[in-house]
Amino acid sequence: MSRGQFGIDDNPVFVIDQSRCIGCEACLQACAECGTHRGQSLIHLERVDRATSTQTAPMVCMHCEDPTCAQVCPADAIKQTEDGIVQSALKPRCIGCSNCVLACPFGVPKYVADFDQMMKCDMCTDRTSEGLAPMCASVCPSEALWYGTIDEFNDTRSGSLFRDYLFGRQEVRTKVYTVIDDALAGPVDVLAGVTRSWLDDPFGIDEIGAHT
Amino acid sequence: MARPPITDEELIARYGPHLNETPPGGWDAGLTIDKVVNTHCCFCGQQCGIKLKVHDNTVVGFEPWYDFPFNEGKLCPKGVKRYLQGGHPDRLLHPMERDETAPGGFRTITWDQALDKVVSEIRRIQAQYGDDAFAMLSGVSLTNEKSYLVGKFARLALHTANLDYNGRFCMVSAGVGNKKALGVDRNPNPWSDIPLADVVWVAGSNVAETFPITTSYIWRARDRGAKLIVQDPRVVPLARTADLFLPVRPGTDSALFGAVLHVLIDHDWLDHDFIDNHTVDFDSAVAAVAEMTPAWAAGITGVPAARIEEAAELWGTSATGMMLHARGIEQHTKGVDNVLAAINLGLATGKFGKPGCGVSTITGQGNGQGGREHGHKCDQLPGNRDITNPEHRAAVAKVWNCDESDIPGKGLPAQELIEAIHDGTIKGLLSICFNPAVSAPDVNFTREALDKLEFYAVIDFFLSESAQHADIVLPGSLHEEDEGTSTSGEGRIIKINAAVTPPGDARRDWEILLDIAERLGKSEYFPYTNTEEIFDELCRASTGGSADYTGATWQRIEDEMGLFWPIPEAGHPGTPRLHEGGQFHFPDGRARFHGVPYKPSAEVVDHEYPVLLTTGRVVSQYLSGTQTRRIAALVAQYPEPLCEMHPQLAEPLGIADGDLVTVTSRRGTITLPAHVVNTIRPDTVFIPYHWPGGKAANQLTNRAVDPLSKMPEFKVAAVRVERAGGHAVTTDERDLALHGGQP
Repeated sequence: MSRGQFGIDDNPVFVIDQSRCIGCEACLQACAECGTHRGQSLIHLERVDRATSTQTAPMVCMHCEDPTCAQVCPADAIKQTEDGIVQSALKPRCIGCSNCVLACPFGVPKYVADFDQMMKCDMCTDRTSEGLAPMCASVCPSEALWYGTIDEFNDTRSGSLFRDYLFGRQEVRTKVYTVIDDALAGPVDVLAGVTRSWLDDPFGIDEIGAHT
Repeated sequence: MARPPITDEELIARYGPHLNETPPGGWDAGLTIDKVVNTHCCFCGQQCGIKLKVHDNTVVGFEPWYDFPFNEGKLCPKGVKRYLQGGHPDRLLHPMERDETAPGGFRTITWDQALDKVVSEIRRIQAQYGDDAFAMLSGVSLTNEKSYLVGKFARLALHTANLDYNGRFCMVSAGVGNKKALGVDRNPNPWSDIPLADVVWVAGSNVAETFPITTSYIWRARDRGAKLIVQDPRVVPLARTADLFLPVRPGTDSALFGAVLHVLIDHDWLDHDFIDNHTVDFDSAVAAVAEMTPAWAAGITGVPAARIEEAAELWGTSATGMMLHARGIEQHTKGVDNVLAAINLGLATGKFGKPGCGVSTITGQGNGQGGREHGHKCDQLPGNRDITNPEHRAAVAKVWNCDESDIPGKGLPAQELIEAIHDGTIKGLLSICFNPAVSAPDVNFTREALDKLEFYAVIDFFLSESAQHADIVLPGSLHEEDEGTSTSGEGRIIKINAAVTPPGDARRDWEILLDIAERLGKSEYFPYTNTEEIFDELCRASTGGSADYTGATWQRIEDEMGLFWPIPEAGHPGTPRLHEGGQFHFPDGRARFHGVPYKPSAEVVDHEYPVLLTTGRVVSQYLSGTQTRRIAALVAQYPEPLCEMHPQLAEPLGIADGDLVTVTSRRGTITLPAHVVNTIRPDTVFIPYHWPGGKAANQLTNRAVDPLSKMPEFKVAAVRVERAGGHAVTTDERDLALHGGQP
């Protein structure tokens, strides 16, 4: 099914595949353009270590089922909608303490000084409630950010959808999915070494010597 | 006297670039939307569909156009923010004349005064120095209708041979290569072929930053299990996940392609049926690569021999495969050679005319494909016809209702045209949609040339760095202020719809040209009352040419979400994929192999200039930046040029990330912050070219051109890199805003 024909139907999900990110920032630019965001991007794009890699990582709110940010908020300012969307801190309640900023296991909430408020991705509620994809996933040129049904994902894309995390002893289930190579292969140890590839020596310096 | 009337600083204070930060009235204005117009992005050759929101005859926002099949709503950051050209404070609203005593260096005049002055100067210069002493330079952000009109206007109204276009700095090596090998100047594939390829080889194209939407097509192939090869001097964002990376030294692509063909022949990874039945001259290609072993090529290209063998095996043993190439292999003094050597690999393995197969150029400019078909190249007439061919001239003269002898002959290509201005042969210039003061090689020379013009008139919507040299500035139209068609990099003709009318006294470009033609006494050739009439004539003029639009109509283009040419008769479905059944556009139907010997670039490194410079783009800026340097959010993303260099180059010179460095070539010098990253070859530095004046990378580049395509060598120059003293703060100001001033 074409994404263009995607309308109001069977429970679309949001998927992030960080490995496809090309760092173009279309997501940030489009987030700022969403009707209710008024020029402020509520998502982030991290340059992981630009000195050594062009790897970038877009980060929308993962919308945890039991959100840590809300648990630690002393002002009870962070609310969840009926369909599981975790919202920005309520302006009248937010005291700007940044507990949520420190506690979120994904590093999502930001304290925005200009607004004196914690602001974060709201999954473009004004769009999704009308059956439209969120702005970032609408424009993402590499489909690193993607919005569609699980069936559509499985029919068209490689990798397995994943949304259960273990941070120390804390188990976290999120509404937003990420993509791993093979969900049946057991837990992913993110600190394990990577397979050897041309990335170890992109310019063949070890093979044919220094160029300068 | 075409010198800027006042200092650069004074011009910038008046005409910008100023930064448009918000839609009119600010983010909280709550504007009602009067209409939403389906059209396309004004920038690159992908021509993504986009919906523009209009309030009170001003474009104030956008919405993804999910139903347009090419991009299904996807956009890059430039597309997202393009709407902020609407209501921009720098927009030119009135005709202007150079006046050193006026505030801002220009005074407002009436259209009558402006057009009278333009026409009297055309007449004076042509009477005094000959018709060809008045030249025209055009560009391919213009629609097909305007491109066609410019070609006809220059030949029949100005009666000058000297018309050329800015594709001369972009796609022209690919065009020449495709014509020589395949017989037609169009990339062979619709993008729907990319997901069908078992191997995708991206050669000299930073797809992630210059054609971001293409990334999704490549991933669709990879989701099916396709392998990805990336050939580039830098580990560009797409390369990071590639199966194979070929870190080619700038200027050595033809050696790499030659060695791959050598390996294909050695292992007999060839499609003999295809070679025997659909090509000629394979022997000459074989002979040229006889000595091009992977070991030899490793020494020339810096690509380890094992990777060359692996690339050949992936390409030669995959049933289907697409090579996508762009300016990285094309902007060279051997750009045509590089394209021919790439096509050889497709022909040798039978990868043409079948699903998921092709060697395709990725067209750079918005209408880079269409704009080079309809006759505003110096050597070309509509339908991609040859201006020196008597039959072609006669066919066009018939449509134009003129004598064949009224059509001037072949003129000078853009770089030679600029040099003819510099040497005083050309005295007058009218330019539209071209900013050579930023985009030409060796821009100090280019600006000297513009200074020497006796008369220079510019049609533009912002006062570009070239327009600053103008005697007369004519305020033309933005993309969204006129309607017409363009032809995307796929070869898909699409409809550009007007969202608003030009503001102030600004006018649509075609109306301006018609008025000049009338004052030159040539209105009989330009009887148009709208651009659809120009399109209909363009289609008639293309009949029988290789770029045949005969069966295209605006209605069909809109109804069918685009049409792929050739469309040789009414009702023809169009031709998404060329060369089906191994049929090529030559009388014998066979493609041409070419023997491509390796030759060095025009400039090679030496003791004095020991480092290679290559130039290119960043994702948030477009070409000479005359539009994108005026949009705050795009400028914030990459505010100024940086010199990318490897730690192995930087450390011995005492250069750390953010240190100011001076880069010097035989043409000029630039001082800018270093960006020390190990994602670039240690013998090469990269500088993006979108900025003017002291920040222009093209102060360094070489004017040497390809002998066939006349493409300058933007991708290779020899430079020296030194510490300049000082350090730039490189903190992203957007992070400061988020964290209350603390990075």
